Amino acid sequence: MKSLRDTVIGETVKVVKLHGEGAIKRRIMDMGITKGVEIYVRKVAPLGDPIEVTVRGYELSVRKADAEMIEVCN
Amino acid sequence: MAEKKLTIALAGNPNSGKTTLFNALTGSNQFVGNWPGVTVEKKEGRLKGRSDVMIEDLPGIYSLSPYTMEEVVSRNFLIDEHPDGILNIVDGTNLERNLYLTTQLAELGIPMVVAVNMADLIEKAGDKINIEKLSKTLGCPVISISALKGTAIRAAAEKAVEVAEKGQTAKMAEFHPSVETALKALGDKLTGVPENLKRWYSVKLFERDDKVLERLNMDVSAINDIISKVETEMDDDSESIITNERYEFISRSLEGCYRKKGSGELSASDKIDQVVTNRWLALPIFFLVMWLVYYVSISTVGTACTDWVNEGVFGDGFYLFGNGRDAYTEAMNDYYAANIFTDEVKANVDQAAAAGITGAEDIQAAISEGDYEAFDEAYGFYGSELDEKADGAYSISETVDTALEAEDVPANEDYGKWVPGLPVVLENLLDSVGCAEIVKRLVLDGIVAGIGAVLGFVPQMLVLFLFLAFLESCGYMARIAFVMDRLFRKFGLSGKSFIPILIGTGCGVPGIMASRTIENERDRRMTIMTTTFIPCGAKLPIIALIATALFRGSSLVATSAYFLGLAAIIISGIILKKTKMFAGEPAPFVMELPAYHWPTVGNILRSMWERGWSFIKKAGTIILLSSIVIWAGSKFGPSGFNAELELEESYLGMFGDAVKWIFAPLGFGNVKAAVATIMGLVAKEEVVGVFGVLDFEGLTQLAGYSFLAFNLLCAPCFAAIGAIKREMNSAKWTWFAIGYQCALAYVVSFIIYQIGSVLTGSGNLFGAVLALLAVIGIVWLLIRPYKESVKLETVISKG
Repeated sequence: MKSLRDTVIGETVKVVKLHGEGAIKRRIMDMGITKGVEIYVRKVAPLGDPIEVTVRGYELSVRKADAEMIEVCN
Repeated sequence: MAEKKLTIALAGNPNSGKTTLFNALTGSNQFVGNWPGVTVEKKEGRLKGRSDVMIEDLPGIYSLSPYTMEEVVSRNFLIDEHPDGILNIVDGTNLERNLYLTTQLAELGIPMVVAVNMADLIEKAGDKINIEKLSKTLGCPVISISALKGTAIRAAAEKAVEVAEKGQTAKMAEFHPSVETALKALGDKLTGVPENLKRWYSVKLFERDDKVLERLNMDVSAINDIISKVETEMDDDSESIITNERYEFISRSLEGCYRKKGSGELSASDKIDQVVTNRWLALPIFFLVMWLVYYVSISTVGTACTDWVNEGVFGDGFYLFGNGRDAYTEAMNDYYAANIFTDEVKANVDQAAAAGITGAEDIQAAISEGDYEAFDEAYGFYGSELDEKADGAYSISETVDTALEAEDVPANEDYGKWVPGLPVVLENLLDSVGCAEIVKRLVLDGIVAGIGAVLGFVPQMLVLFLFLAFLESCGYMARIAFVMDRLFRKFGLSGKSFIPILIGTGCGVPGIMASRTIENERDRRMTIMTTTFIPCGAKLPIIALIATALFRGSSLVATSAYFLGLAAIIISGIILKKTKMFAGEPAPFVMELPAYHWPTVGNILRSMWERGWSFIKKAGTIILLSSIVIWAGSKFGPSGFNAELELEESYLGMFGDAVKWIFAPLGFGNVKAAVATIMGLVAKEEVVGVFGVLDFEGLTQLAGYSFLAFNLLCAPCFAAIGAIKREMNSAKWTWFAIGYQCALAYVVSFIIYQIGSVLTGSGNLFGAVLALLAVIGIVWLLIRPYKESVKLETVISKG
């Protein structure tokens, strides 16, 4: 299984499932990362974390620890 | 029939242009406050030209989930106050995510109008939104507006009033058939809920929303069967199912309504971002921006303005537009050269300098430069030293006093348009009405000095707030958090904590207030607690005093003070984030990086003024009051009122005497040091006033440094404490913050003094052992194992 964390910069992936629960999961989903949506990994912050992705036409920053719970496929 | 008042709630995502729209609709007719019990700002205002319509500006939110303060106050307002209508502003360049909130608002059964903002930008990008079709799908009026240019905002507001009057509600999003069946079953269980809120409550029950279950006095077990059935069928938890369904609904709705040109070209914002958050350039650009903010607001413009307020308006006075200042300075230099810098004075000062009297060299330097201001300062500091040493052999006070009391001293008024300072004007006024000395001194030294202490900060703060407002509204603030997050997270702070700390080097009050930009409550509290550790502008005189009096003016003292402050922030961050108070809910860092845009001047100025004014109101009263109390304490004693009362004979001095034992283990258990520390609570620079250079004689360097460390780290001045209280909005947290700061200051000073004493061969064993234990305790707190609660339990296995 591949997570958003493992996705390299410049790649576009599709969300398969969101793991975890509670506030963080809800927040991530509220921001539009839901099953089936396409995510483009745009860049990594200069210090290596967090990452910036494009989802539903806007820019979102997600910590790698949180990106780990987003299961994706190419 | 009496006119009915209408309330329209203005709701929308952050960065959707909501504030701009609110300002445009209400003009200056606004009331700013806080939502009860939380630090979320509450704003309302009357619609321009319609005094019967009140617009309630809800916080910028992405959702109506129960997880953030902003969302909870918004939904409580919508449910409990039941406004007559909702004006939902959505960002047209980011429709999908913005409409997510719209689907939740629609379920509240409140008449709604959707205003699609940034219509001009959409057109420019070549995209098309079919407003009519969108309106049909959403089942409510949709109006295309531009909040920035003011296009159609009036129409949108009037439409909202119209639907509110008609009670015309929007269509609700339809979900998957299985979900709908479950929602219907849940709806049947609801009793005593208004018909129009039924859908909302059903959905919340389906999500197992704690706050709603509590409100309905229901137990989750009663509805679990219905929900789990759908959860098993759709292989997800109920909350996620609803979120998914909402986005599904939006995607369906937008088909045919929204056409993106999809050119794949980079927008201007993308291009800026490529540079600003570039792997190599991001940090240099960040430091450049910070340096600029610091340089302009703290070292140049802000300081100049603050000096003008302190020395001009609340001092002797000032020249209008500076005309005449140079002429006056020249005249004064000439006068001093002729009457004060006489051969006799020079000889005395030279002898004193040769004999090594403290400060004589400073006076000597001022005389040789012929600079009257430098002389006044040095003489004010060290003049009495010359009087006292060697039975007054070096004294120059007679010459100085005679010269300054003479008739022909150059008068300010003669050299330009001189505006006398408030204290001077008031003093003359009080004298002319024959006011009693005690009242006069109260007004001048207690009240006016207090007001001056408050207003002195204001110019510097306004400049800082201007920068903050700009950085926030142009979109760079979010990038700061993005760039710095990794570093600051380690100390339990947020990427945005850098700004409060940087501003704190100027003044802690705006620093603490700047912590507002940190959304996460835990990070914000941590930032508030640690910001004042960094030496602020008012602490610099204390550093200078200790450095001059005990360390021969070594610049290492100042440098070490900043390091001490930074170390205190880092250590506190690491220690505190492991405590129970800061544990708890994990802090999600899922942040939108809004497109860069040029903010409007009006919005920036308004934001600056709102912050500045709230400081004047809140902190002003505290400082004024404490200033009066401290004044009274130092001028009254058992012998009654006396303007020239010796410190030891005043109530304040007696209080200092009573508490001085507390500071004995830190090496400075004397009355003056105790009083100075108390005075520091009014304003840190007051410490210097009580504690002249001369009082340090006999004090060891170690005790002096321990005194410095304590005063740098302990509770900040009342103005800053007021700011802490306001930003924490909780008595418990305020006391915790102040208690922690004082405790840390005490422990650090104790360690410095006791261990230092042992190293210099004068310590006692008991103190040293205690200090060593304190060091071990801190180290343990730093490295003790801790499980970061941010981590989520399920993590996808690699491979």
